[in-house]
Amino acid sequence: MSILTEILVAALLVTGGVFGLVGAWGLVRLPDMMTRLHGPTKAATLGVGSVLIASMLHFWLHHGILSWHELLITIFVFITSPITGLFIAKAHMHLSWQQGELPRPPSGVEWSTYGEGAENSPIVTVEGPEKPCE
Amino acid sequence: MIRRILPHPLLSLFVALIWMLLVNRFAWGSLVFALALGLIIPIVTESYWPDRARIRNPLGIAGYIAIVLHDIIKANIDVAKIVLFKPSRELQPAWLVVPLDITTPEAIAVLMGTITLTPGTVSCDLAEDGSALLVHALHCPDPQDAIDEMKTRYEARLKEIFL
Repeated sequence: MSILTEILVAALLVTGGVFGLVGAWGLVRLPDMMTRLHGPTKAATLGVGSVLIASMLHFWLHHGILSWHELLITIFVFITSPITGLFIAKAHMHLSWQQGELPRPPSGVEWSTYGEGAENSPIVTVEGPEKPCE
Repeated sequence: MIRRILPHPLLSLFVALIWMLLVNRFAWGSLVFALALGLIIPIVTESYWPDRARIRNPLGIAGYIAIVLHDIIKANIDVAKIVLFKPSRELQPAWLVVPLDITTPEAIAVLMGTITLTPGTVSCDLAEDGSALLVHALHCPDPQDAIDEMKTRYEARLKEIFL
């Protein structure tokens, strides 16, 4: 167990922790819902990535076990985090954006959130936070 | 005939690979089981996948992944700087409309995922006819520039990869 690899693993863990913390802090301090979405969808990916690389290196260099689970976790996080982001954004558009406040698509049709199918959406549009959602 | 046994060759390969990674150490028994899963799962779930993703340039995928990973690291540092040092009133969030040239659902899905994971942008919606993406940018003083970069950097490459 050399001191060099230990420093490398420790540095990756610290980087991961810092980026995770920055992502969480972004969630707290950014001004509105849409900008808040940027913190966790990005800063957190590198945070998780660094921790997983650190774990892989630790088991490979110190215990001689090549572990592939971390690679799988990375793939699943990178596949699922944009989907979560997209669904939060769409729910937010349903609840608090009017069609006219957004730029229109160039071809003259609607965004799919507001299109014909959107009428049957189970999400009910409310006017503001003061009205309780029933 | 080959189509009936292997409706989605890429999916079969991917399922087998994921299983081998889950097992975490190589054994011939696991390989046989992985191949069996790769054969059975695509046949059982075939009705959910009516189309095949047709890939023209498999080598392009590796290059694309490398560029996206590089951009994810850059994006993280940029977003961290904005979160830590930029006061909220100097922030210029913007809605961007990105017109699309790619038409296959697989390519559009990959592009949306990439946009969400990279520099200060989250993809929010798709036009009903699939002709444009609605993207929200965290800090974007020059929207046209950002749209052009997404189109040349990601979309042009995806056009090469997907048929």
